[in-house]
Amino acid sequence: MSQNNKTPHNKNQATFILDGKTIPFTEGQTIIQAAMASGEYIPHLCFNPEFKPHGSCKICTVTANGRQTASCTQQTQADMVVESNTKPINDERRALLQMLFVEGNHFCPSCEKSGDCQLQATAYELNMMSPHFDHFSPDRPLDSSHAEYLLDYNRCILCSLCARASSDVDGKNVFSLAGRGIKTHLIVNAKSGKLADTDFTGDDKAAHVCPVGVIIKKRVGFAVPIGKRSFDEHPISATPHPKVRDV
Amino acid sequence: MLSQDNTHSDYLDSILSRHQHNTHNLLQMLREAQEHYGYIHSEAIDYLAQQLQSPRSMIEGVASFYSLLYLQPQGDYRVLFSDNITDRMLGNIDLMESMCGQLWVEVGKVSEDGLVSINTTSCTGMCDQGPAVLINNIAINHLTQDRINSLCELIRERVPLSGWPLEFFAIEDNIYKKDILLDSNFKSGSALAEVLKRSSEETLQEIKTSKLRGRGGAGYLTGSKWEFCRIAVSEQHYVVCNADEGEPGTFKDRVLLNTYADMVFEGMTICAHVINAKKGFIYLRGEYRYLLDHLNAILQRRRQQGLLGNNIFGHANFNFDIEIHLGAGAYICGEESALIESLEGKRGTPRNRPPFPVTSGYLNQPTVVNNVETFCAASLIGLHGGAWYADVGIETSSGTKILSVSGDCARPGLYEYPFGVTVAQVLADCGAKNTQAVQISGPSGICIAANEFERRIAFDDLPTAGAFMVFDESRDMFEVARNFVHFFKHESCGFCTPCRVGTSLLSNMMNKLANGHGSPYDFTEIEKLNVLLLSTSHCGLGHSACNPVLDTIAKFRPAYDKRLTHKEYIPAFDLDYALSQARQMTGRDDTGAHLERIHVSK
Repeated sequence: MSQNNKTPHNKNQATFILDGKTIPFTEGQTIIQAAMASGEYIPHLCFNPEFKPHGSCKICTVTANGRQTASCTQQTQADMVVESNTKPINDERRALLQMLFVEGNHFCPSCEKSGDCQLQATAYELNMMSPHFDHFSPDRPLDSSHAEYLLDYNRCILCSLCARASSDVDGKNVFSLAGRGIKTHLIVNAKSGKLADTDFTGDDKAAHVCPVGVIIKKRVGFAVPIGKRSFDEHPISATPHPKVRDV
Repeated sequence: MLSQDNTHSDYLDSILSRHQHNTHNLLQMLREAQEHYGYIHSEAIDYLAQQLQSPRSMIEGVASFYSLLYLQPQGDYRVLFSDNITDRMLGNIDLMESMCGQLWVEVGKVSEDGLVSINTTSCTGMCDQGPAVLINNIAINHLTQDRINSLCELIRERVPLSGWPLEFFAIEDNIYKKDILLDSNFKSGSALAEVLKRSSEETLQEIKTSKLRGRGGAGYLTGSKWEFCRIAVSEQHYVVCNADEGEPGTFKDRVLLNTYADMVFEGMTICAHVINAKKGFIYLRGEYRYLLDHLNAILQRRRQQGLLGNNIFGHANFNFDIEIHLGAGAYICGEESALIESLEGKRGTPRNRPPFPVTSGYLNQPTVVNNVETFCAASLIGLHGGAWYADVGIETSSGTKILSVSGDCARPGLYEYPFGVTVAQVLADCGAKNTQAVQISGPSGICIAANEFERRIAFDDLPTAGAFMVFDESRDMFEVARNFVHFFKHESCGFCTPCRVGTSLLSNMMNKLANGHGSPYDFTEIEKLNVLLLSTSHCGLGHSACNPVLDTIAKFRPAYDKRLTHKEYIPAFDLDYALSQARQMTGRDDTGAHLERIHVSK
């Protein structure tokens, strides 16, 4: 990336410092929003620029004026000094990723989302070489009830993007989070608990926002071969939004 | 199916109409539905969804968040053993196992005849009179083997709780030391009478002069909080009393609400006068359900006295009333923004801040959230003035603090002191001997060792929400920390990665040490995890989940060292333990059914 900003800005525009670079921002932008607008990458999973920031995965943690905070929810202030791509912060991000990996059941080699998965790509980006922690190996049955879509809860990282898309964009509330603590899990809006019994369709925004491999379109999983997928060609840090190749 | 539907609509219709079909009352409706039916039936959720025109997944999401709400049938008698470390020290686990044995039920399960279910729950706020249980949400304290036997008999005979001996339900105040608050002989209306002689600006000034700081732990200046809320321009302002007293080891709010409720309500009314609020809420923890009727009766009396409602004390346009909302078993709802979410009928997930509740709280309107004790202090200030109050205590910390003392001491209960009292003084007063450690302000607070007992209860030394748990030399401080770590794991809301996963990892690591599989490697891992939780968690729960471990590692290292039995890393996985299920299923326990433990340490 260039030393100067990619986005030209006038001298009166407010700016902040991200890893030594001057980044312009507009009133109300959070750190990650301003960074993204300037083409700077801050690792993230639950953040998606099309949605209101949520602040739950904490992968986008940065230090802002010396204080650690989630960059997706922290409002930018003029002359704020933000550190993101540093060893201590990347070490913490890697540990958070490892937590997400051991919390669910993530078998990348056999996953049809491999190469298009933001969790996997972010793990590559941050040089995660092992899960480090003991696996929780939770029991999370699949839901293959829907004719067109499969739900593989094993891969859910509880980012709630599907829930936000379904309620805020589709006006449907197909997905919600239930339970508490380590038992928090995704549910669908049906007494049977099955996707087929909801009003979910492939046209929903919610069908296209999962950063991992929970909401999977059936029968096209390997239409694009492994090796030719989004993050096979470029690391996630060099892949502009929308990061996920839509099938 | 039709009759099933009718079953649920019958009781839900009256609940729905009582709550005006308002989704902000969802948690209250769910709680009442459960009180009627025993648990929340999936068809009850469907009916609520249809009547409230809300997605059922949202209702299920809320119901499944709170540990005292059930989506599956429970026993006719739901027995929950309080599992604070103080209950443990009084032998709650043996008593629970005895009960399970007598009633033929496993912990966490419902007996096959549906009669009884037995489980543990987080501290129920009865540490001065434990071991304690909640049976169908009603507290029974002072458990002994005799009392357990009686309870088992009553349950087996299916005697309804209303027919149980009244002495089982006795709950004591146990006040051992009174100061300006507990000894005030407060007359309802007396503080309001004084306050209404002044303008609301003058009352705010009195609160500021008093230098009163919040008693819930954070210690924010009450006058500033009220002022921020007062000047926030908005249609409505709200007063909320945080009575979600969930911090293990704290029980002073229970006593204040039981015996000093007029002071609480009057303090809220004074706050309403200052910030121009028309409505107030008490968020009462579900474990204190037994106080609900008592509190509602006092509210009703105050309305009749003209101390609540329209034209309070004859002052035109001073209209204010208070409603009680119950929680349902979620420590996180003591965090003010999670509390507000819960008041709005949602999952108790802490909000992103700013904005803070003083500008955007309940229904995004300016809201003051204060602790029960803070409102009591506001009543005293209303009555006697700010200067009088500021004169009590010390420079940095005005007034008094009520301590909930429990653990190894002769007289567990409430002790009110002017700020600045030393830990040693409290220990002497409560009759503690051979004290090894004191946990100040509960698991999220600080653990201090004997060489620190001259430290003072004050905002600039040992700030506290009130818990004061005493451990004598016979106690294993590792087990204390492990109990607290399990508490945080159970109470993590699950919103952010570090707290959701990290509290479980921490709990597993402490179990690994307890199981004799510890090595210095695990020790380093625990310390690394602590740093991560502290720096990346979303709210105070994750930040403080590490405190018990960090404190006890720093101050009681030998308790850990004796667990680091291996020089080099060995896995937590234990082959022999893994066979235990197979042994149970086959009924075998002979040597052939065991593997020799293989340790890799040198």
